[in-house]
This record gives sequence, C-alpha cells and structure tokens, in this order.
Amino acid sequence: MDLDRGRRGFLKAGGALALVGALPVTLMELAFAKAAETFSFAFIADAHIQNIRGNEFVRNWDRGLIRAVAETNLLSPMPDFVVFGGDLAELGSRAELDHGAEILSALRPKLYGVIGECDYYLDLGEYWSKLFGAQWYSFDHKGVHFVVVNSVLTDDDWTHNRWPTPERRMREMALTDNPNGSPLMVGEKQRAWLAEDLKKVDRKTPVVVLSHAPLQKIYRGWNFWTEDADEVQALLKPFERVVVIYGHVHQIQYNQIANISFHSAMATSRPLPYPRSYAQAADTLPKLVVPMNRADPFFERDGTGWQFVNLATGRADVYYNLYNNGPRNVAFNPATSRPEDTTYQSVDPHPLPQQQY
Amino acid sequence: MNPVAGLLSGLVILAGLSIAARVGMAAGVPLGLPPVPVPSDNPISAAKIALGQKLFSDKRFSSTGLVSCSSCHAPDKAFTDSPLQFSVGIHNLEGTRNAPTLANAAYFKRLFWDGRTSSLEEQSRHPFVNPVEMGLHDYAPILQIVRTDAEYQPLVRAAFGEEPSALGIGEVKQAIATFERTLIFGDSPFDRWYFGHEAGAIGAAAQRGFQVFLQDGRCVSCHTIEQDFALFTDNRFHNIGVGINRIRGDLLRLTPQLLLAKARGINVDKAVLGDADTAEFGRFALSERFDDLGAFKTPTLRNVAVTAPYMHDGSLETLRAVVDHYNNGGVTDPTDRVSDYLSGGIRPLHLTEQQINDLIAFMEALTSPQFAALAAAQAAAP
Repeated sequence: MDLDRGRRGFLKAGGALALVGALPVTLMELAFAKAAETFSFAFIADAHIQNIRGNEFVRNWDRGLIRAVAETNLLSPMPDFVVFGGDLAELGSRAELDHGAEILSALRPKLYGVIGECDYYLDLGEYWSKLFGAQWYSFDHKGVHFVVVNSVLTDDDWTHNRWPTPERRMREMALTDNPNGSPLMVGEKQRAWLAEDLKKVDRKTPVVVLSHAPLQKIYRGWNFWTEDADEVQALLKPFERVVVIYGHVHQIQYNQIANISFHSAMATSRPLPYPRSYAQAADTLPKLVVPMNRADPFFERDGTGWQFVNLATGRADVYYNLYNNGPRNVAFNPATSRPEDTTYQSVDPHPLPQQQY
Repeated sequence: MNPVAGLLSGLVILAGLSIAARVGMAAGVPLGLPPVPVPSDNPISAAKIALGQKLFSDKRFSSTGLVSCSSCHAPDKAFTDSPLQFSVGIHNLEGTRNAPTLANAAYFKRLFWDGRTSSLEEQSRHPFVNPVEMGLHDYAPILQIVRTDAEYQPLVRAAFGEEPSALGIGEVKQAIATFERTLIFGDSPFDRWYFGHEAGAIGAAAQRGFQVFLQDGRCVSCHTIEQDFALFTDNRFHNIGVGINRIRGDLLRLTPQLLLAKARGINVDKAVLGDADTAEFGRFALSERFDDLGAFKTPTLRNVAVTAPYMHDGSLETLRAVVDHYNNGGVTDPTDRVSDYLSGGIRPLHLTEQQINDLIAFMEALTSPQFAALAAAQAAAP
C-alpha cells in the first residue's frame, strides 16, 4: 500500500481504538461511543519459561514473552488491564516463575494472573500465589463481572497420592498425550464458590470468565478438557452474555455454547497442532473455520502470538497479534449470535475437494 | 579513486553495455538471474531506455541544480554513493538512509528500505520532491524542462509517440523505471560456479563460506537462492536489531505519535527521511503492524562487496561487522540488549573465526564482472 492512508488505516493498527461488535467505526463515531461500555484488555498466555540450569533459560520462550510484553505496552490507548492466562512456567519452579514475573513486571497496565497446570503442580500453587495472589477470585470493571478460576485441578488421589515426588507429579502433568495424565477440572469446591459469587450478579450484567483450561470438552488425549465443563456451563447459563477466554491450547479456537462465547488465546512460546476431535457431543466442538498454516521453523515466533479483547456491551472482539502472519480477528456476530472470524467466512457446507483452491 | 577516473569507469560500464545490448539483455538475462519483471503498461524499448538514462542523470531536476538520481546512485559506484553512510541531497542535507544499490533493484517487489512503494515507477518520483533529496516543490520544473529542451524532445517522441508538450510525470516515471530495468548484473564468480558448474570459479574459502551461508549462518532463509537463479532476497521485511535499539527508550512516546500523525495525513516519505527517529520504525511506519516494528527489507547480496557501508542506516562499515552483528544474535555491541521486537529468525550463531572469514569470502564472490575493477580498487586503497 502506498503512502497515502485514510482514517480507516489508523483503526486497523495494533494500537487502534476499540472496534464495536463486528463493525469498524470511524473516528467520528468513536468519539460518541459510550466509553463506559467499551474497553479493552490484553491477554498474554502460555509463556512456558524454562530453566536450563542456574540462571540460564530457554531463549526462544523468553523472547516470546518479552516481545508480547513490549508490544502490549505500545497499545494506544492503553488497555485497561492485562491478564496473564496461565503456564508462565514450564515446570513450575521458583526460578521459572520469578524469571517470568520479572519479564511481566515491565507491563504498564495492571496485571491479573490466571494459574495454569505448569504453574500449579510442583507446589500446588504456593509460589504462584505469592507472586500473583489468589488462584480464584472475581472483580468488577466498568459494569462487567470478571471471574478468574483455577481450571487445572484434578482428582485428589492423583494430586496427593499417586506420585513419589512433586517434581515427578509436575512432569507427568506437563506431558501432552500422557496416558498417566489426569483430566483437568474446576472441582466441586470452586463450583460452590462460583455459584455463591454469581448470586450477587444481575442476569443482564456481562460476565467474563478468565480460565486456563477451555471449560469445554475438546480433546481428552491432550487435556484440552474440563471434566466438569457441563456443571460450570450450567452455573453460567442464567446470564444473558457470557464470554470465556482461555489459554492452554496454543492455537485459535472459538465456539458458542448456548449463551457462552468461548475464545482461546495464542501462546507466546510455541504452537500446538489441532487435535483430532473427540466427539462427545457434536455441539461442544469448537469450530475451526480457518486453521492456521504450519509454522515456519526458521522463524521462532511463527505460530505464536498474543491478543487483546475489545469488550463492547458484553460482547467480545478478540484481535490476535500473530508473527510472520496476518493478524486475526474473531468477533461476536449479532446476526448469527456467535463468534466468527471477521475476515474468513464459514465454509459450511464444505466445498468439494476440487474446489478448495 | 580520483573522481575523473571514477566517472570514466562509470561511463565505461554504461557504454560497454550499448543500448541494444541492454534491450537484448532484458530478454536474455545474465547467468544467475531470472527474467526481469516488466509491467504490461510500460514495455521496454531502446528509446525509452535512452530517455530514462538522460532523466536519471539530469541535475536540473533539483532545486539547486546540483542533484540527480545518479548523485546517490552513481554508475561508477555500483549505483550507490559508497562510502557515504547517509545519502546527501541539496545543500548537503543529510537524509536518514544509506543508498541501496540500483543494480538488480528491478527484481524487488517493493522499493525503499521500508517498502514505501511497490514499483520502480512509483519510487522514482519521490526523491524529486523530498526536502532533503532534490527539494523541488512539485514536478513542474521537471516537466518544463523535458517538454521544451531540444535534446529531450526527440527522445520523448521516440519513446512515447506523443508530442513533448503532452508529457506528464507518468511518462517520466516510466522512462526512469525502464532505464533501471536494464541495470541487471549477474555472472559473478558464484554464478559461474553454482549455476554454470565451473569448478574453479570460486576458491575453497568461498565454497566453505557457501556452506556456512546455507547452514550455520542461517543466511539463505532470507537471502534466498532458487534452483536456477539467485536474487538473495526474500522480498520481506525483518527486524534484525539494527537501528531500532537507538529509539528503544522512546518507543512509548514515538509510536502513538506516529500513528496519530498518519491519521492526520502526514507524508510518510518526508517524515521518514526528515526525522532520524521516525526512520527507525522501518516497515511499521507503513503497515502499522507490530510484526514490522524496526523491520527493513532484505537487500540483495549481489555486489555487496562494493556497496559498503551496510544496513538501512549504513551503520555497519564492513562485511566483518555485518557478520559479527548476526553472530551476536542481532546486536552490534554484544553487551547491548537485544531488541524486544527482533525477528524470530535471528539468534546467536556461534560461528568460528574460520567460518566468519569463509562467509565473507563467499560474499565477495557475488561481485559481477562489471564491478570487479571497482572491487579491486577498493581493496587496494582502503
């Protein structure tokens, strides 16, 4: 594109003002938007800071988190806050959590932490809590009720009795495709807390749940899974507008189940491939309308990214900042009442193979 | 090299390629290069080349009458202004960029270090009106001269089949671009060795250096080589840690400032050359994508030995300095902090001294025969 840019060009920038719903707006319209109902927050997840020995950390994961933090700081206007979506560490060690926290400390906006399984299973979240506070909590912001959950618990026996050392337990949980693994869950105690917490929230108040695991049942083999997803979703059912933002899967997913819009986050560290879907019930599978290309191994940041969420009247519009790739934008489409990629349309019904190109 | 000798050798280079030869070359290309892309609305002709060459060297198209395209892209300096770090325009005003070579520039998909324009035609008009280059307020002086000058008039008629009085800046751009499309140079020792299968065309060090280029050096992924030609550029933009670190501490202030200025319609061409800080944004100044922060176009490596100094800001004076920068993982001073926005393709290389020297020997084998004398002269008189 040549030198002359119109106003719309300004809005496309990573530093752009918020988009309302699925519609781009001019600078003029935004000036009259109700600021109180429209705000952004950044979501950075799955840094997987990995300690090699002593003070040496895997450079690739370090650089991913450093870059996400630096770019988030350049967003203009500044997002209202930043959420770190879990798996800051690779094996939950203090060195890793400290190193990750140090990189995150450069963030200008306020930071909220969501715990991931790679942060939790070495010391059951003890050091994480020292750095980032409670493992589940809620807060209100500009008329939206935010809930943070620890969605990476598993059954007590596996957690406390199964493994001889905490290190062994952490390694088992960190492995993908592990037959020794155990499904992730929110658990009864937290569901009871959530039920209580939501009692004081009006049905019309937008609710955003910040989680590491998907709060859906996507693919059990890789623990893209929340064992008590149905129960958690049932607690959220009474509310008119609910958004769940989650990490853990290291890829773009989006889904609508009844009143809940689900959006995954990209990882800053490395991508995961798309799992073969394990069909428990067809309508719980996320719709991957536009799978991403395979990452170019030469460019370590290809296949990674971070995102910011524009929230307007309780509907999420997620902007994915990707590397060596164009950005992606998944927003709630009021016409179809579900999140959709704003550039790529649904390919349902699927075209014949000869027509793919 | 004394200026007269330089000028003469430059003329020799151009004279040695007669117009006809250059038209022919456009059809049959030198070893190691693909056919030159030619837009369908600007076909090559001998007349257009002649007109373009004259426009290219005409100093009257500047406000002082002292600067032409060839001032910064001198034929006797491999179409650069080596050894200048930044190019110099009217009144000795310094810009923010090191002049890239026009040799083989016809193969680029985007022009300028930050890809501001997408054709040679479009690129050619910007320096005329840039305040630190040729400093004209508009194209009127150019059109006035070309329409009425007795030497230009027959060239215009022959090139475009129109009366000179009807000439517009569009034709000027097309003629200059056509001339630039003849500035293609292959046939380097590397080409003869790799594509021509001449066993001894490059020495052992350069052959080892080629392996470094392909493997430990990780160079070929951006400085690409294809099966039967090598452009040594992927036509993409990467932050390799040059220049951006200078404004690292100011990015929080500069970035929203730039985005707002663009929304208000500033001229990016002038901003980039007029302000040293804005210049470091690279491709981001155009695309506004974080991926492009501090990212600059992969230049060709052809004739790199004679086009020092290097990088968009000419900050690396020798090929050794360049390799050291890459070897350090994208910093010139190894104690410096790596750019937060560094391309994911850049990492510490851990090259040995032998590998570094071999890699430089390989790069020196990319000089086309037309510039071999220039290379020898530069080597003799450092």
